[in-house]
Amino acid sequence: MNFILPHLPVLQVAIPLIAAPVCVLFTFGGHRKLAWLFTLAISWVCFLIAVALLSRVLLDTDISYAIGNWPPPFGIEYRVDPINAFVLLIISGISAIALPFARLSVEKEIETDRHILFYTSYLLCLTGLLGVTITGDAFNIFVFLEISSLSTYVLIATGVRQNRRALTAAYNYLILGTIGATFFVIGIGLLYMVTGTLNIGDLAERLQPLSDNRVVHAAFAFIVIGMGLKLALFPMHVWLPNAYTYAPSLVTVFLAATSTKVSVYVLLRFLFTAFGPSYDFVTLTFEFVLLPLAIVAMFAGSLTAIFQTNAKRLFAYSSVAQLGYMMLGVSLSNIPGLMATILHIFNHALMKGALFMALGCVMYRLGTVSLGSMKGLSRSMPWTMGALILGGLSLIGVPGTVGFISKWHLILGTLEAGYWPIAILIVGSSLLAVIYIWKIVEVAYLEKGINREEIVKEAPISMLAPLWVLVILNFYFGIDADLTTWVARNVAETFLGAGA
Amino acid sequence: MRHHLILRVVSKMLIPFIMLFGLYVQFHGDFGPGGGFQAGVIFAAAFILYALVFGDDQARKVVPDKALILLVPLGLLIYALTGFAGILLGGKFLDYDVLSSDPTHGQHLGILVIELGVGITVAAVMISIFRAYAGRTKAIDKEDW
Repeated sequence: MNFILPHLPVLQVAIPLIAAPVCVLFTFGGHRKLAWLFTLAISWVCFLIAVALLSRVLLDTDISYAIGNWPPPFGIEYRVDPINAFVLLIISGISAIALPFARLSVEKEIETDRHILFYTSYLLCLTGLLGVTITGDAFNIFVFLEISSLSTYVLIATGVRQNRRALTAAYNYLILGTIGATFFVIGIGLLYMVTGTLNIGDLAERLQPLSDNRVVHAAFAFIVIGMGLKLALFPMHVWLPNAYTYAPSLVTVFLAATSTKVSVYVLLRFLFTAFGPSYDFVTLTFEFVLLPLAIVAMFAGSLTAIFQTNAKRLFAYSSVAQLGYMMLGVSLSNIPGLMATILHIFNHALMKGALFMALGCVMYRLGTVSLGSMKGLSRSMPWTMGALILGGLSLIGVPGTVGFISKWHLILGTLEAGYWPIAILIVGSSLLAVIYIWKIVEVAYLEKGINREEIVKEAPISMLAPLWVLVILNFYFGIDADLTTWVARNVAETFLGAGA
Repeated sequence: MRHHLILRVVSKMLIPFIMLFGLYVQFHGDFGPGGGFQAGVIFAAAFILYALVFGDDQARKVVPDKALILLVPLGLLIYALTGFAGILLGGKFLDYDVLSSDPTHGQHLGILVIELGVGITVAAVMISIFRAYAGRTKAIDKEDW
């Protein structure tokens, strides 16, 4: 065990990376079930590694791992500190919970001869997301971002069996995602031009005397826009609703809970570690770009969600609004605001994971998630609908759920910054969430059931169990938020301390 | 393309040299310009030329689809296993120093194996992409153009 421990940071990425080509080999013989089991096992290994890494960085110090033994800043450094260990835990945790759910869902939604390659793409996507998070090298972030994005396009396109629009959704995301990644890499290129380094820690030091440099400003703009596209910041969110709606359920669960969060993390990393709020252009961006966009996102996302007739699309728009909350926390750039963002990265993963998983169960039984088809569904699928409503309560931010914890800190943050009208706006947009969750309650609980050709049964236990694990976590971390707030405070203080 | 005699003869003559050049770029990559990616593309170009001139069905006999499905992950496996070899031999991930008793020789060996992995995957992927387009059922008949 002592032999493995120092290598944990790289194993976190290298294990799913090597698992992907191994998974392809299951095509010889067509062992579909084995491919699923293998992916499940790898996910759990990743999760255990993430737990080990997080506990080590929280109790001990940051970990630095030099790939190929080239010392940083010359070689690629994997740097684990509380914030990215926390994000690693979210990614691998969601994956570990979602995969038991996956088998039946994938069986139903994806063509049989594509299952093994689907799991391979999934492993590559996992590799990419974990890699983006763990690496301390700016260019390496781009490389892993591309690995995760390319596999994501494939994963979304596999939804084609349910609806052929999955193809255009994947293509749209491909175009916009590529533009985002290109902007990001242009930004990194410009930074490399002026500083001659790609290591983020080293970059932070070398940027200090360059705060008036125009190239640095341009690089900053490119990186913020590029990441804004990837994380679906309000006017750049157009790819997201279709991608989430037409992707297979497992993919929607995994993407909604992890991929945009990883982009938020990268943005945080650049805003607070590489640049830092001590630069004028960073604070100006917070105040005049991110803050207004975040508020518009909160309302535009929620308002559009109210008028949706497809439940997956409804929650996809709600994700746009939720990303608005995260960016609002960032733009406040004070301790409670930043804590709210970090808490919401975790909390939103739990809520949206649960919600989309519940919709996955509906999809499994009904083959559609349009609100019209869900009439009176609470009587035939009480556990699924119950989970959907409880997840919805968490999304609204009812006390006792995780949603409340993040909104509470967000409101504290706005008050500390002296923006009390924004605190009212946060409450206002939460009320909009009440409306769209109520729409589902009304359809599923109050309306009379429609006559169906066959009797709809409750979803199978292998799908309900992971769903309810997520629902219970929504309440557990809503009532006992000590651990998450402790991590969030720790991170927020490091970020703001480094800049001050 | 049965009637294009010149094309067939010339490409038959060229294909071995394209492959040879691919191998040169592959294994000379650590001294001069080149490397696994470029070599993989050149190597795949030979197969694509063959498929263009002699037909997709003929090319599938040379490299069956099954072989491609094996070759694409094989390259990545070679890459990743070299990385793990570094760990097992007491170094870091992708640490070439420990691959041989002499660190310089280890570096040489490491990059050679890694680039071989890259070359195999890139060549197989290039042929697969070509085949994905070439092998599609024709929407329009040849006579209907």
